[in-house]
Amino acid sequence: GVAQVTVRDALNQALDEELERDERVFLLGEEVAQYDGAYKISRGLWKKYGDKRVIDTPISEMGFAGIAVGAAMAGLRPVCEFMTFNFSMQAIDQVINSAAKTCYMSAGAIPVPIVFRGPNGASAGVAAQHSQCFAAWYGHCPGLKVVSPWSAEDAKGLLKSAIRDDNPVVMLENELLYGVAFELSEQAQSKDFVVPIGKAKIERPGTHITLVAHSRPVGHCIEAASVLAKEGVECEVINLRTIRPMDIETVEASVVKTNHLVTVEGGWPQFGVGAEICARIMEGPAFNYLDAPAVRCTGADVPMPYAKILEDNCTPQVKDIIFAVKKTLNI
Amino acid sequence: MANQSKQSPPSHNTTFGPKANWFAAGLRMPNGHAPLYGLYGPGAVSEASRVMVASSRNYADFASEATFEVKKCDLHRLEEGPSTTAVMTRDEGLQYYKTMQTIRRMELKSDQLYKQKIIRGFCHLYDGQEACCVGIEAAIKPTDHLITAYRAHGFTYTRGVPVREILAELTGRKGGCAKGKGGSMHMYTKNFYGGNGIVGAQVPLGAGIALACKYFGRNEICLALYGDGAANQGQIFETYNMAALWKLPCIFVCENNRYGMGTSVERAAASTDYYKRGDYIPGLRVDGMDVLCVREAVKFAAEHCRSGKGPIVMELQTYRYHGHSMSDPGISYRTREEIQEVRSKSDPITMLKDRMVNNNLASVEELKEIDVAVRKEIEEAAQFATTDPEPPLEELGHHIYYNEPPFEVRGPNQWIRYKSVN
Repeated sequence: GVAQVTVRDALNQALDEELERDERVFLLGEEVAQYDGAYKISRGLWKKYGDKRVIDTPISEMGFAGIAVGAAMAGLRPVCEFMTFNFSMQAIDQVINSAAKTCYMSAGAIPVPIVFRGPNGASAGVAAQHSQCFAAWYGHCPGLKVVSPWSAEDAKGLLKSAIRDDNPVVMLENELLYGVAFELSEQAQSKDFVVPIGKAKIERPGTHITLVAHSRPVGHCIEAASVLAKEGVECEVINLRTIRPMDIETVEASVVKTNHLVTVEGGWPQFGVGAEICARIMEGPAFNYLDAPAVRCTGADVPMPYAKILEDNCTPQVKDIIFAVKKTLNI
Repeated sequence: MANQSKQSPPSHNTTFGPKANWFAAGLRMPNGHAPLYGLYGPGAVSEASRVMVASSRNYADFASEATFEVKKCDLHRLEEGPSTTAVMTRDEGLQYYKTMQTIRRMELKSDQLYKQKIIRGFCHLYDGQEACCVGIEAAIKPTDHLITAYRAHGFTYTRGVPVREILAELTGRKGGCAKGKGGSMHMYTKNFYGGNGIVGAQVPLGAGIALACKYFGRNEICLALYGDGAANQGQIFETYNMAALWKLPCIFVCENNRYGMGTSVERAAASTDYYKRGDYIPGLRVDGMDVLCVREAVKFAAEHCRSGKGPIVMELQTYRYHGHSMSDPGISYRTREEIQEVRSKSDPITMLKDRMVNNNLASVEELKEIDVAVRKEIEEAAQFATTDPEPPLEELGHHIYYNEPPFEVRGPNQWIRYKSVN
């Protein structure tokens, strides 16, 4: 039957199942083996699979990300963990220039079946250098796939898809979601359950306005929707699940129906995921169905401050989403 | 000419038998340069060999092999180094000669095509360094792996891509080895991972390939090449650490051609002992202008890796005749005299030619014939590279992903879309 599973356990199950299924899959990163993972995502895996399959690395992001990409080029299927995506900036050349572009540059001769995963975006009180969202950075690059799970089902299914995908996939997890439990259907508990990359999910159908989000803000949107429902406003909440390739068709179909759009993300506003959604809506059929300009809720345009009151006001909260909805609907 | 079975390195008095290796007798040549005697003729060598000569000699009779002395390698954390003698058979010599000459002429043709603006963008030429890629390939197996940086045309050839596909890639045609998608710096083939444009990035990649070699347990190794300029990249030190920690079967090869673009090694490095840069990793410094010295050193290094001892560093001291790239005349930071001196005293092809001719492994005429054949091959390849059509526009979006259902890729505006298949 249905089970309550935390995102952490869902990721752990996905890793376990894929390590078992394909002996070319291996995990490397800082503290992934003997420490059971900095956030315990890989708990028990080193004990089960040993040194060959679960590898602790020194603190050398550029080096070990490059090693992981090379291993992928030579036929292995690495899962390369960044302790947070902030540290991926040290290695970003390997992600973009070595992983993302090689299939194209080699005219398909050298695929790079690698997964880069780890927590992305704001946490709680970790301050500016540890709170950046990289969805827009990686989403910008052809050759990559970028996924951003919200629920346990998303986490498990997307990680399995990512590992089975023959292309470089960046999986942007969220540290604050790791401990959150979600319902996992029986189907989702199966070892063959995958969530397709490139398909958004309508988490909550609605008629008056479309809310599009990825990762933790999906939960905020659902909360905002239930508050607004009491006032008679029915929000359709779309969980993007994949940043690249983005399923804009699902968003368009929804906007055609609701005539209003609010995008919600944790990252900074300029050149962000919401900006991309708005631009694409303008280019497509849904533009003619908008009754009001599309609106974005984003992180505040500042480096993340430390003090709680400041930090809380730097990420889009439920009240900010509700305000944006009412502004858009002019109520 | 019959291929004679390999004999042990001859000494002064021990060449017997109907096809005696009598020219090879007593051929302990210092660095293989100075000719000790002429090609043919009985006036050579020692008493003993002259006795046997008369009955077997004929005009077309070459030696089957010869032994050469090669420079001793400087060692770092190694008790012993590679052999200081190298045996080269006639067939090997002819093959090394032809390969190096092909690369030389291919690079010169690329220079020509670039000046005619038929090749665009970046073009980093390898002429002068031929002994490195040819010596390496002679010491490893096709099942071994190799990755290098952007001065890659020589390796692309030795790893198996035909000249016409290399030139057609440089001219951006669909017959290029990357179908025109990659260009000079992004050519690949089986067990050859490019061609990499970001200085130093190929080194961790190479260690990752070595990790895969170890993981799969197939006794394969990976050579990760980089230049004297790249040797100062931090990611290389990160890679040394992990390769040593995990005993990866990786040979780190620094092709030290004395200049990182316009900066001489003295101006870029606090320590120019690149073979010692691996610190806890053993290292060798090798004469990179001598194809046999390179070959023996790589054999030694490959054995080190295959025996499970972990990585090893090699520094090949070499030289490039061209500037850093075609946009660099290469004379603002070094003198024409320096370039000319290397050409006249240390050219790898000349060195091999002299060795072969002076040891009766080949004749001057024979090598000239090879030159003619090589020129013809390069001309034909260039003809192909300049007449083959450019890749069709419809393929602009292809190969974004691998093993993916077809999808559409956006062009310069929202109405222009390209299909992407793989």
